[in-house]
Amino acid sequence: MSDIVAFNSVADEAAPQAQADRVIAGPRGRKPRRALSGRNIMIYGTLIVVALYYLLPLYVMVMTSLKGMPEIRLGNIFAPPVEITFEPWAKAWASACTGLNCDGLSRGFWNSVRITVPSTIVSIAIASVNGYALANWRFKGAELFFTILIVGAFIPYQVMIYPIVIVLREMGIYGTLTGLIIVHTIFGMPILTLLFRNYFAGLPEELFKAARVDGAGFWTIYFRIMLPMSLPIFVVAMILQVTGIWNDFLFGVVFTRPEYYPMTVQLNNIVNSVQGVKEYNVNMAATILTGAVPLFVYFVSGRLFVRGIAAGAVKG
Amino acid sequence: MKIRSFAAMLATAVALPLGAASAADLEVTHWWTSGGEAAAVAELAKAFDATGNHWVDGAIAGSGGTARPIMISRITGGDPMGATQFNHGRQAEELVQAGLMRDLTDVATREKWKEIIKPASLLDSCTIDGKIYCAPVNIHSWQWLWLSNAAFKTAGVDVPKNWDEFVAAAPALEKAGIVPLAVGGQPWQAAGAFDVLMVAIAGKDTFQKVFGDKDEEVAAGPEIAKVFKAADDARRMSKGTNVQDWNQATNMVITGKAGGQIMGDWAQGEFALAGQKAGTDYTCLPGLGVNEIISTGGDAFYFPLLKDEEKSKAQEALASTLLDPKTQVAFNLKKGSLPVRGDVDLAAANDCMKKGLDILAKGNVIQGTDQLLSADSQKQKEDLFSEFFANSSITPEDAQKRFADIIANAE
Amino acid sequence: MAGYTQGSGRPNQWLRNLNAKIASVPMILTAVVIFLGGTIWTVVYSFTNSKLLPRLSFVGLDQYERLWDAPRWLVSVQNLAIYGIFSLIFSLVIGFVLAALMDQKIRFENTFRTIMLYPFALSFIVTGLVWQWLLNPEFGIQSVVRSAGWESFTFDPLYNADIVIYGILIAALWQGTGLVMCLMLAGLRGIDEDIWKAARVDGIPMWKTYIFVVIPMMRGVFITTLVIIASGIVKVYDLVVAQTSGGPGIASEVPAKYVYDYMFQAQNLGQGFAASTMMLITVAIIIVPWAYLEFGGGRKHV
Repeated sequence: MSDIVAFNSVADEAAPQAQADRVIAGPRGRKPRRALSGRNIMIYGTLIVVALYYLLPLYVMVMTSLKGMPEIRLGNIFAPPVEITFEPWAKAWASACTGLNCDGLSRGFWNSVRITVPSTIVSIAIASVNGYALANWRFKGAELFFTILIVGAFIPYQVMIYPIVIVLREMGIYGTLTGLIIVHTIFGMPILTLLFRNYFAGLPEELFKAARVDGAGFWTIYFRIMLPMSLPIFVVAMILQVTGIWNDFLFGVVFTRPEYYPMTVQLNNIVNSVQGVKEYNVNMAATILTGAVPLFVYFVSGRLFVRGIAAGAVKG
Repeated sequence: MKIRSFAAMLATAVALPLGAASAADLEVTHWWTSGGEAAAVAELAKAFDATGNHWVDGAIAGSGGTARPIMISRITGGDPMGATQFNHGRQAEELVQAGLMRDLTDVATREKWKEIIKPASLLDSCTIDGKIYCAPVNIHSWQWLWLSNAAFKTAGVDVPKNWDEFVAAAPALEKAGIVPLAVGGQPWQAAGAFDVLMVAIAGKDTFQKVFGDKDEEVAAGPEIAKVFKAADDARRMSKGTNVQDWNQATNMVITGKAGGQIMGDWAQGEFALAGQKAGTDYTCLPGLGVNEIISTGGDAFYFPLLKDEEKSKAQEALASTLLDPKTQVAFNLKKGSLPVRGDVDLAAANDCMKKGLDILAKGNVIQGTDQLLSADSQKQKEDLFSEFFANSSITPEDAQKRFADIIANAE
Repeated sequence: MAGYTQGSGRPNQWLRNLNAKIASVPMILTAVVIFLGGTIWTVVYSFTNSKLLPRLSFVGLDQYERLWDAPRWLVSVQNLAIYGIFSLIFSLVIGFVLAALMDQKIRFENTFRTIMLYPFALSFIVTGLVWQWLLNPEFGIQSVVRSAGWESFTFDPLYNADIVIYGILIAALWQGTGLVMCLMLAGLRGIDEDIWKAARVDGIPMWKTYIFVVIPMMRGVFITTLVIIASGIVKVYDLVVAQTSGGPGIASEVPAKYVYDYMFQAQNLGQGFAASTMMLITVAIIIVPWAYLEFGGGRKHV
């Protein structure tokens, strides 16, 4: 029990700073070793095998998306295409049909952007302030609400559809973009608040105390001191939210109207439509295209991601 | 200059809604997204646009299970669409009782729906407390056995003429490496196949007693035991199907990998799409060749109550367009279903469709299970039969017991 | 925004609390109105016979009796238990081992990390689709191995009712272990260098250092990871739908799918709510005591 207390009061310790530095500095070895030791072969061997396991599905997806249907029916899914065709990609992007609208994924792309950008910003802004309040400005009852919030992370979304429909209807924002942004903010809140709370708790308390002595208040400290130090955790939050919101299908269709339908609606239509034959190549191309934005975000910010997680997740 | 163009703009902005008093954009949601289905919807949209209104398409794929929560949320959330597809039957009952749906009785009386819609049970399904709340658009029947002529040729046996011959031919098919009966993994397929077997083997009256009157004793009785025996045969014959979607199962029949499939008349669209001809490439046996009876389920459009008067008018226009003879022909030919009015000419129909029309004309019809049972009982039935077909350790006797329980608790 | 300077000089206790409270309003509203309110609402309606629309016509425990009589629900619960236990163990073990390997001052760390993490960017629908295909006996791994000469090779987890849940597990691990690895790696990077030095001086083998020294020190990471993995397990739905739709038969059904199917396909809200209440109770029994100790009661300064 005592170590729980110890862990919960890490805000008192300055250690995280050293830690953060090391995270930034990257990996370090345990002991000096030769380049081609048996140990190295084992490590790299394992990692390469694992990497192949992770890459295999992507490889199959890309290869399949470049094949024509006759070739797919005949062949081996792992074989590279005999004849490369970009037609499935063109079809997935521009001409696959959703009911009467035959303009592919392109139709929903901008909607997805319109949904993802504000939802990500709003949910992160709110969760970061929550986390900051929980870490540095605790008030009576805050932990109770936080506990409820964490338990909320375990509720299946589908169960909440009706209550939320009712709440949004009573607020008069059912079917609007605002409503959808609120829904995304709500469901992103548990994990994000947990991460921000842990991150802010890990920052040296001296900084906070010094600012307080200088007379800075809640918002001043947040904007002047906490924000500038928090790039990594914001990157983590951004990645989690962009991924989650971009890939969301259920909320996108239940809480908005067709003019806001995100790209995943078309993806669902392309993948789930019962056509004469399943067009695996178009499915795969559509799949990759839909995943492109989160993937891009990963590749660009991968480095910061681990740093941010390091800082946000380490402390319980 | 600037002021003038501004004024002109203003004028058009004001004039547009005035000038087109009866025209409006109407959003229509449905789950018809496959090739043939989309082509059929396009016919509806074309006919509706011709009235001066505009059809805004709101298709959601993934069948009713995905689409329905969205539709219901939209309606109860206070942001309804202009019109929406539901299956005939009891799916929208409560929305009507909650006062969220529009009463179409005026349009129906004006256009004499009671006289033109055949069979009358279709309109009965739309009628709640004497008022009409939906416009039926087509009739789909379940009771068909589709057979691949090529598969039987490979196996060296004649194409069966009824279910018993089919069961007898199964070993020969298996020997040739052909799955005798394709049953896809989606739960509704197994449940539907059972209903079809029931009509064929136990007959119309038993079917009505079980599903119509919810007679538990009949459900537990010897007639239904026979049906379960047949279902057991079907289960054995369906081993090795390994596909999920119904149309993938149909595709096995088309390519001769499977001998046959019990599926509704919508399977026809798949054969047509593959360029196959009824009679030469495939054979269709209504009522499994035993009892030539078809069920008359299908699709209907419901209209949520809207505040906007323009849109309400457009709803009326859509309702009457849906039942217009020309629309009925164009739509149903593409959809592979039968028209809801008996007075239209379907000269372009193929052999199988004509068989269906004949049976319809003779009045050998039953109501679909969607009309007779609640969605809840239907789902329980699906759970039972999808388990039964996938798991050979459940005996027909056990399954019948569970079936009788479901019927006993059905509303 | 960043230029905003605050006028108030000395914030007193009251003001400080007020600001934090104002800032926490969204959290409080979410926790109370949505999560707590929604939960209570769900529980209340689970005692009714609501069909398509919520109605307050109480039927006592009928929905629960029916629920626990339904073979499909029992299969779902069993599947969730198997899936949950294995998913938890494998995610943690694989994630930790990979992180430990990545922490050995290796080259191309960024590349490896990106490769392991990218599946997380893909939705479950996509993951399910890809793995459905790889595991398809006619196209996928089985057919490839067979065509390579091993004729009797059988690997069709999605079509074998006995092992189908493991087929889903393979896909789930592919999608999720990368994130766990990153979390663990972050935790390892947070371990003080001196620990390793001390362990080496004492001649403790590396694996022992990991198990008895390092892992206990990474308690925080394990907790965050557990919350993330466990909440994913309880909610598993999309993956099953995309990969098997619960089949063959009902062999891969899970509770969340039961809830959804009965709420919306069967239009029996009461039944769906009863099932979700059972899920909530299970979660609550496991989570609440822990969460309260972790975030609540045990605090030194409140």
